[in-house]
Amino acid sequence: MDWTIWVEWLIKSLFVIFALLTGFAYLTLYERRALAKIQVRIGPNRAGWQGLLQPVADAVKLIFKEELTPAKADKLVFFWAPIITMVPSIVIAAVIPFGPTTTLFGRTIVFSVANINVGVLFLMAVASIAVYGIVLAGWSSNNKYAMLGGLRSSAQMISYELSLGLGFVTAILLGNSMNLHDIVDAQKGVWFAVVQPVGALIFMIVTLAEVNRAPFDMPEAEQELTAGYHSEYSGMKFALFFMAEYQKMIAISMIAATLFFGGYREFWFLKDTFLSVDQNWWLGPIYLLLKVVVLLFFMIWIRATWPRIRYDRLMSFGWKVLLPLSLAVVFISAVGVLLAQELNPGYIWLVPVVSIVVGLFATAMIDQALRRKSYAIR
Amino acid sequence: MSIDLILFLILAVVALATALGMLLSKHAVYSALFLVLNFATIAVFYLLLGAPFIAISQVTVYAGAIMVLFLFVIMLLGSEVLAPSKVLRGQRWAAFGLAVVLVAETVYLLVSRHAAVGVIARPDAFLNTMDSLREIGTALFTQYLLPFEVTSILLLVAMVGAIVLTKQEKGGQK
Repeated sequence: MDWTIWVEWLIKSLFVIFALLTGFAYLTLYERRALAKIQVRIGPNRAGWQGLLQPVADAVKLIFKEELTPAKADKLVFFWAPIITMVPSIVIAAVIPFGPTTTLFGRTIVFSVANINVGVLFLMAVASIAVYGIVLAGWSSNNKYAMLGGLRSSAQMISYELSLGLGFVTAILLGNSMNLHDIVDAQKGVWFAVVQPVGALIFMIVTLAEVNRAPFDMPEAEQELTAGYHSEYSGMKFALFFMAEYQKMIAISMIAATLFFGGYREFWFLKDTFLSVDQNWWLGPIYLLLKVVVLLFFMIWIRATWPRIRYDRLMSFGWKVLLPLSLAVVFISAVGVLLAQELNPGYIWLVPVVSIVVGLFATAMIDQALRRKSYAIR
Repeated sequence: MSIDLILFLILAVVALATALGMLLSKHAVYSALFLVLNFATIAVFYLLLGAPFIAISQVTVYAGAIMVLFLFVIMLLGSEVLAPSKVLRGQRWAAFGLAVVLVAETVYLLVSRHAAVGVIARPDAFLNTMDSLREIGTALFTQYLLPFEVTSILLLVAMVGAIVLTKQEKGGQK
């Protein structure tokens, strides 16, 4: 092991951390501007050209705000909770590949901080650790609203983690590997979102719940819980929660892009042109960024469009709809992959057809179940 | 001293300290958090032994799922601080006797088998690859199929039992 490998790691880590931190800053601006557009407002546009300096102003404001610690709070846990929330949101991005393997300055460079063979499991592990910060923040504040927020979030995140895991399984089955580089390479021809559209859709719904975004933002439902688990936090500690939430949004969009939308690979119609990542490696991060921006827009759009889902419905939706449906999706994908391997590669196209039929059937059943009952009209 | 040995010693200290902290802390939430740290340390041990799959499963299953549920229950019941417990009569002496037996057994095994234990061979480099996962999967679903299925049925029974216990009778009182 020579010293250059350390330099390489340092550069890659700094790149990822820098991308997430600036990404967070500009995601807040992006969200506020996009929400404003959707709601026919103008949004922040005073600080700098088109409001581009607004994140800087916000950061300065948050740093100089007074930090309060409730007298009856558990000081130690209260201090650590924002940090425990913040760290996984950065660490999770370590296995995301952002470019093809290339030879640069006479050495082979893998474009991800850690190219590990159980990359997908790593994502799962870090995502499951992320609950702690929120739960502990809610508990240590010694405030009933914060506590309720913490409890809600732990129940919600654990429930939705199951479907998230099955979403990962779908991608593993289709990619025939747990290494994210291999999964991206397997999407050279067709994106997994095309092969398994229902799986991709479930995955995106579940990730919304995992990062506590609308319409699943029960842990911080303003009308019921003031601000949920971070009610008692102010100043930089609050800013850490804020950062963690937005970084999780970015990270989860990167994951969705990697697993189902071809990751850093070019769009399918650019496959053999000079715009392919095989020809120009530096296009990889740009394609990934493009996909992340589009996915983030969907998250913002959903927040602007849908009201918050009621808590009992959130749980029923997770356990009674998403979990069985994702099990069905995994089963369909497994059978499709097996048939394609054993008989004829063309059988893989049974997967989207059957899963769409199953998805439509499930939607019809939900619609039926949610119809107003006759006794409700009386 | 190689880096692995130094790492091992540091981790061993951390693992022991967190285990003791878990036992000795009066506060249930702190106990749970110490246990999480302990699981994380053990996961790093697995990494040192060249078994990333088991390491990450350890974090996901124990630290990520089970301990979160523990914390959830502790917080929901509001039983963070232990009440001064009533000690069973003779419990301390029984515990002491059992501890002596355990130590004696460990010492006997260490003395009698120290030559046989030696340095455990490190797994091949290929275990660090996707192939080791295939091996695990194949072993689980061929050689160990029966235990695997029995475990899953056990878990299912436990789940059904929990649901039956908490389910309210229809039309019964709240």
